Amino acid sequence: MKNKVIPISEAIDKISDGATIMVGGFLCVGTPQGLIDGILAKGIKNLTIISNDTGIPGMGISKLIAAKVVKKVITSHIGTNPETGKQMMAGTLDVELVPQGTLAERIRAAGAGLGGVLTLTGIGTEVANGKQTLVLNNRTYLLELPIRADFALVGASIADTFGNAFFNGATRNFNPLIATAADTVIVEAKKIVEPGEIDPNMVMTHGIFVDCIVRSNSND
Amino acid sequence: MIDAKNIIAKRIAKELHDGDVVNLGIGLPTLVANYLPEGVDITIQSENGVLGVDAAPEKGKEDPDLVNAGGKHITIRKGASFFDSATSFLIIRGGHVDAAVLGALEVDEKGNLASHMVPGKMVSGMGGAMDLATGAKKMIIGTLHTNDGKPKILKKLTLPVTAVGVVKLIVSEMAVIEVTPGGLLLKEIAEGTTVEAVQAATDAELIVSPNLGTFSVQ
Repeated sequence: MKNKVIPISEAIDKISDGATIMVGGFLCVGTPQGLIDGILAKGIKNLTIISNDTGIPGMGISKLIAAKVVKKVITSHIGTNPETGKQMMAGTLDVELVPQGTLAERIRAAGAGLGGVLTLTGIGTEVANGKQTLVLNNRTYLLELPIRADFALVGASIADTFGNAFFNGATRNFNPLIATAADTVIVEAKKIVEPGEIDPNMVMTHGIFVDCIVRSNSND
Repeated sequence: MIDAKNIIAKRIAKELHDGDVVNLGIGLPTLVANYLPEGVDITIQSENGVLGVDAAPEKGKEDPDLVNAGGKHITIRKGASFFDSATSFLIIRGGHVDAAVLGALEVDEKGNLASHMVPGKMVSGMGGAMDLATGAKKMIIGTLHTNDGKPKILKKLTLPVTAVGVVKLIVSEMAVIEVTPGGLLLKEIAEGTTVEAVQAATDAELIVSPNLGTFSVQ
């Protein structure tokens, strides 16, 4: 099996200005911190970030927001990072708010090759503005379209060198979903092992989705 | 004597049944777990991907990979499980959550909920609230009755709606109010308050239940 482990700098070199990037994690738990630091160090800008939230000040995606290298975020919650709201009010950051379950399912739909998702969530709210609805069995559903990215930055607890990955505890969240819905999938792993060392029953992201693996340099 | 938030949490706890799968929102709703009646064992779901959430860990024993949807460190019960966000919202949207307890900025007499933004002032985003409000079998709102003296229980929402017609029960430090097709039914008032005081603090008109009860503020 191909060994996909590369230095973090080589992974960052694949990303350029204007990229659309999905980032795993939920309030920084399961977020690949080393890759975020790498993007900052290289000065990549004009990014579109797709993620559950925009982090906590000083951690995770909030560092990208604070450095003003993000032009748009597609996210479910910005309340834990006041800077996001500030830039949104100032008109310098475009924020698209998506219900959390809808965000998960739109990403999953993209990864699963589906044309969209029909959901009751958001009906009658601003989320439904400009979107198609469909009446099925006397209920009105909202059609939500798949969402893809150029890159997915996945934070794994353990990965083997082929890219099979395991997520401990609550670090799983959006990570296995985004790993299926981007052109280039980069896994940052806290621990890297040889193929076969992760019990096949415990594999949560399958190596076939993964393009490269970097070693986490973070202690978070 | 306990504070208003704990009065609310304690009263909401009585609405939960043994065996329920319950999602408790961030803040006040989390306190509900502290007041479960004896013999009521519930499974707490957290939308970041946990079933079987237990109390906060002792200081120094936090596991960085174990948090709830508010980012607070948790412990888990025996029999707990973890999952990704798609499964988490399958549980929520698919009707597998018996009750969700959420906070509110405003609720109205049609059971409409506003909880995610104040245009021009505060935008937190809906997080999982829209899915929870839509998918949970019973939607309970735990909220202070007023905000800076202004009623939060209204005839009609003034803020952007988070979910339409989903609220079944509103519990404040003053009252327990059921949302019915005919309007808001005042079922219980807090010990020491009056129907008149509750109505005065409420914008929507209340229908007083013929079986009006009281609940404890201790």
